[in-house]
Amino acid sequence: MNFFLTIIVDGLIQASWLFIVALGLTLVFGVLKILNIAHGSLYALGAYVAATAVTMAAARSLPPGVGFVAMLISVALIASAVGLLLERGLLKMFYGRDEVVLLLVTYAVFLVLEDATKLIWGVNPIYATQPYELFGNLEFAGLYYVGYDLVLIPISAAIGFAIWFGLNRTITGKIVLAVIHNEEMSVSMGVRVNRVYAFAFATGALLAAIAGALTAPKISIQPGLSSDVIILSFAIVVIGGLGSVEGAAVGALLVGLARAASVHLMPQAELFVIYLVMAGVLVFRPEGLFKREMARRI
Amino acid sequence: MNKGMHPLLMIALVAAVTLCGRVLPTWTLSLATIAAANALISLGIVVLARTGNVSFGQGLFYAGGGYCVALIANAWGLTDAVAQVIIGAICGGLLGLVIGPLIARYSGIFFGMLTLALSMVFYGALVKSTALGGSDGFNVGRPTLFGMSFADPREADFMLYAVAVVTTGIAGIAATILFRSEFGLASLAVRENNLRVEYLGLSANRIISINFVIAAIFAGASGAFALMAQRHIDPQFAYWTTSGEFVFVAVLAGNQSVAAVFVASMALELVRSFSNLYLPNTWQLVLGLFLLAVILFLPRGIGSLWVRSKRGTAKPGVATEREALP
Amino acid sequence: MNRRLRMAVLASAAALAVAIAAPAFAQETFKLGIVTFLSGPAADSFGVPARNGGQFVIDQLNKGAAPSPYEKVGFGGMKIEPVIIDENGGATKQVQELRNLYQRDNVDAVLGYIGSGDCLAVAPIAEELKKFLILMDCGTPRIFEESKYNYVFRTAAHATMDNVGLIRYMKAKNVKMETLSAINQDYAWGQDSRTDFVAAAGQLYPNAKLATDLLPKFGAGQYGTEISALVSAGSDVVYSSLWGGDLQSFILQASPRGLPKRSQLVFSAADHVLPPLGDKMPDGTIIGARGAYGLMSKKSPLNDWLFKGYEAANGVYPVQAAYRMTQAILGLKAAVEKAMAKNGGKKPSTDELVAAMTGLEWPSPGGLIQMKLADGHQAIQPIAFGRTKYNPDAKRVDLVDIEYFDAECVNPPAGVKSLDWIKGGMQGAKCK
Repeated sequence: MNFFLTIIVDGLIQASWLFIVALGLTLVFGVLKILNIAHGSLYALGAYVAATAVTMAAARSLPPGVGFVAMLISVALIASAVGLLLERGLLKMFYGRDEVVLLLVTYAVFLVLEDATKLIWGVNPIYATQPYELFGNLEFAGLYYVGYDLVLIPISAAIGFAIWFGLNRTITGKIVLAVIHNEEMSVSMGVRVNRVYAFAFATGALLAAIAGALTAPKISIQPGLSSDVIILSFAIVVIGGLGSVEGAAVGALLVGLARAASVHLMPQAELFVIYLVMAGVLVFRPEGLFKREMARRI
Repeated sequence: MNKGMHPLLMIALVAAVTLCGRVLPTWTLSLATIAAANALISLGIVVLARTGNVSFGQGLFYAGGGYCVALIANAWGLTDAVAQVIIGAICGGLLGLVIGPLIARYSGIFFGMLTLALSMVFYGALVKSTALGGSDGFNVGRPTLFGMSFADPREADFMLYAVAVVTTGIAGIAATILFRSEFGLASLAVRENNLRVEYLGLSANRIISINFVIAAIFAGASGAFALMAQRHIDPQFAYWTTSGEFVFVAVLAGNQSVAAVFVASMALELVRSFSNLYLPNTWQLVLGLFLLAVILFLPRGIGSLWVRSKRGTAKPGVATEREALP
Repeated sequence: MNRRLRMAVLASAAALAVAIAAPAFAQETFKLGIVTFLSGPAADSFGVPARNGGQFVIDQLNKGAAPSPYEKVGFGGMKIEPVIIDENGGATKQVQELRNLYQRDNVDAVLGYIGSGDCLAVAPIAEELKKFLILMDCGTPRIFEESKYNYVFRTAAHATMDNVGLIRYMKAKNVKMETLSAINQDYAWGQDSRTDFVAAAGQLYPNAKLATDLLPKFGAGQYGTEISALVSAGSDVVYSSLWGGDLQSFILQASPRGLPKRSQLVFSAADHVLPPLGDKMPDGTIIGARGAYGLMSKKSPLNDWLFKGYEAANGVYPVQAAYRMTQAILGLKAAVEKAMAKNGGKKPSTDELVAAMTGLEWPSPGGLIQMKLADGHQAIQPIAFGRTKYNPDAKRVDLVDIEYFDAECVNPPAGVKSLDWIKGGMQGAKCK
């Protein structure tokens, strides 16, 4: 019993940050129809900015709690700004081109951001460990867990709920949904699609960066962080269905639990388990779990 | 495709480039060999892209061809360069035959992501295979040609260069002929609208599969060249950023000219080589900005610098306008 | 197409062509290609310390400021002119870079390489070009066990001694190990280290059982699930060959969850994470440094010279990679000067250099280096292990309980493959 509880808790901890990243990716795809390869770089950006903020707070000997809040605020500000800049300054120029061209543009952005982070923060790993001790440790199912890891679960659930609520229960959200659903019709109804695009991309960037910031205290932040995250979050949104919020949640849970189960039961299969889940889903639902079949033009 | 160049002229061009290798400095020879090999695989991506699908996982076939050749070379002592290329092409092609039909029913982004996922699974499997040297890979002996072995490093480099240029040249000519054929035009039609193609009685899946296999054959042969040039293979061949660079070359080259693929590939290798010496840590930055500039200012690739295409002709390939909504 | 843009593109292509033209030719200097990680995950832990070590040593040698027996300026009077290249980017790129170093930059010798995959890939290229190559660090024993090279040398012991020595240390210190868990990265270094350690444990701890055996992927960064599995297993010993950022992340995440309290941690190559981790490193952890390096180095004038000089120049004491770079450069210096003594003081040819290097022995800050394996092409060297203890006054992690092992106690004899040697009961080992 304890054993399964351990797997579930480990899986939930993993799923929590994966969900936030995947949510951003799926939102951007839903609105802009862009599969953003640079999404992982925005995650890395969040982690780097967080580390800088935490280090600066620690240098002024502020308590870790203040550092944690400062970290989230600074990441939110910088990531939204970078997101807006990317969308308004760059992606805008390529709208109307083939979706594969946009994929390549984001690949180029990935390459640029990869080196830009190296130029700004150097190639050496940096750390932001202070907030990791913020919530203490607690014993659960016979094991010690770091409070911070467990706190991530409700945080991620709250972010998920906020996005769901924002989309389904507010005017702005309904407008965004309208654009997701039928862009042409929204335009003719007077929706300023450009604003929706900018807003959605900035939110996506924000989510990626927040996920990076939240994981930053537990890891060593170094170049190469982004490419792993891209692959993982792609797998999740493909499992869940591109553009679906519920799909991102279910996909993240599936991937998190599958990884945790394989580490405990069959460590040698860990590398493949995500792809197995993905292949299994795609065989039965080629568009992912939560994607409705769309009528298409002939 | 531009209708400009006659195949005979192309053969002459290939011969001229091959002979050029006699006067190039030694270090550029191996660089050019790698560039030719990369051009070959990127050419495959261009072929496949004419159906509207971009593979982000050509590394799978590149590594497949390379490992296949390396294992056979070590097991049976087969060292002949031409035979190795053929084996690489066959292995790549066989893998393509298995995977192509499975994947042909997906399109656009799903296609790209699934190819990427498959190559990453292959990468993972290779890293796990300690019998194949795991992540460190293993070495193979130096290649021979028709029973001749080359002790002098420069001669050995030239031999490989010549085989690579001739093979890529032949592939380029074959691709040109293919592009002009009925099948090549049908491929373009799939990109424009696969349902309409189906209504004409053609199988879009079959067309995509065949183009996929061609791309896989090119990739397998390219893997064989990469193996011969560096006598070493490791799972990095299948990593997604390796595949990304091939897509990069394809986009850079555009589809205006087969020669452009070679030029783009050579330019990439030169920039890589010098940026490492003078601009460490900014190489990807340069690459990314370059890619953005090409997509923005030369949507049809650097081939359009010397090939003027007529207005209004079809614009096949990777970097094109999205069809106007009906 | 815009005409001006086309001109610009063509002009830049022409500029590139000019930039490629004629490399400079050097005389009365020794042009030395140095390859080490300047970027990527291994840069901070190994690559940059190696470069800093190289710069310090070359600087000192060129000034003639090194202690005996290396007081001669440069290499036998020739100033050393280094060309430093980044090792990051994979084996494919390194093969091309090595060719460029020899053929375009006309270096006299190349020295470097930390990654095993890079070493395996570049060795046959140097052999084929008949150029002198020193591998300074990489771990895998496969390089000389699977092939034979004339122009390639490795001036540091391979990874076998890291794990054989570790087991010998644990036995010497009566560390209890009835059950054993392992966590290693899923790539060649991790897989090979794990195999060696488990095989060596099988010899000296025949009753030890392997409980959890984890191979997370390289650069995974988050080890929450793995730590749960390790803590649940609760083995006597948890072994790991993790290094760099991965090892630091692992320790940061494992300490609060009580892993160091439940199991004895043993890390085969961890000295380089002591300075960055500081008091986050749990006390009592057994660590190796892949040699008698850094805080575990023996006192000697040569070692003082490196330790103090490096610390003064870089603000942190030298760790394994700096030592390995130093011993490689000193070995090359010894070989060049030996060859020059033989040929009457001329700059030695590659073949003269090869003859001088084969079977050479020279003193280094980490002890005596002997090119005893692979027909005089592969070095063996002594190694040390110790336990961590945080020193709050000096604000650094000290090492206590240090034990040294002779080179021939932890390295296989010539002509035996390392894994066969371990599994065969480590026959012929000469231990004190």
